[in-house]
Amino acid sequence: MPSKLRAADVSVGQTFDAVLVEDLKRTQIVQYAGASGDYNPLHSDERFTTEVAGYPSVFAHGMLTMGMTGRFVTDIVGDGVLKSFGGRFTSQVWPGDDLSATAEITAIDEVDGASVVTLSVATRNGQGVTVFSGEATAVLGA
Amino acid sequence: MAVERFPIEAGHILMFARAIGDANPVYSDADSDEAKAVGGIIAPPTFVQASAQFDPDYFLRPKIGQPWFGSGKDATGTPPKAPDANADAAPKKGGGLHAEQHYEYHQPLRAGDVLTATTRPGNSWEKESKRAGKLVFSESITEYRNQAGELVVTARGVGVQTEKPVEN
Repeated sequence: MPSKLRAADVSVGQTFDAVLVEDLKRTQIVQYAGASGDYNPLHSDERFTTEVAGYPSVFAHGMLTMGMTGRFVTDIVGDGVLKSFGGRFTSQVWPGDDLSATAEITAIDEVDGASVVTLSVATRNGQGVTVFSGEATAVLGA
Repeated sequence: MAVERFPIEAGHILMFARAIGDANPVYSDADSDEAKAVGGIIAPPTFVQASAQFDPDYFLRPKIGQPWFGSGKDATGTPPKAPDANADAAPKKGGGLHAEQHYEYHQPLRAGDVLTATTRPGNSWEKESKRAGKLVFSESITEYRNQAGELVVTARGVGVQTEKPVEN
């Protein structure tokens, strides 16, 4: 299976960055609700979220942020080569947020005869607050 | 959560990829070079989250003939508790949030696969937070297997019940 990254071309400390979304729209959050099946009103129902749950506005599914961050990761490593991807949701994402992601190669290991790259990944909002931080590993092309 | 049949359908993958803003043709066009390179349409890394669509008991989907807690004429409503949540943890304000999610991939998830999912509870723990009061964390581990019984994805999720809405 192809990897965009080749073992010969990567080194620990190499960094990547990308814009994930600008001015996140409520409609995209609804689109994610419909695709994922998570219809929690906290993500689409402004009245419920403000008057009952006590939040200032609806907010994005953590998994929408992670999904967009996953897009950033597969754009770096390639398709079908991820071994793991995970992380923590550290702050909420609101309609209108601008999100950007950064990644750094923290390790390149030989596992069962293949090169496996480890990336630390962080997604931040327009104020620089980290909203998702995690790690991904992927098998590199030879 | 137990899902007896999670069919991985190309149209569902397309909708999911659109929602996360991913235009990669590997998720939509079986004739693209990208899809051919991996043997057909595959699913994005976080796609198994959409197994909720096929969980008959998933509590965050309105169900035909049953009350729903979103606003209609009125904004009132009480969020239901997650079946695996700590029984004492459901507050009036705040509620459940997703704290962590981790996936291990054993093989690519392909359009045409039919998965089953079984979930077991993991650890639970508590923490005090300045921004949201007492936090009760609970972990669950879900194994997704394909039609051949092979493990495709292992997911570990952590949910948190907050005492009050998170201050921002």
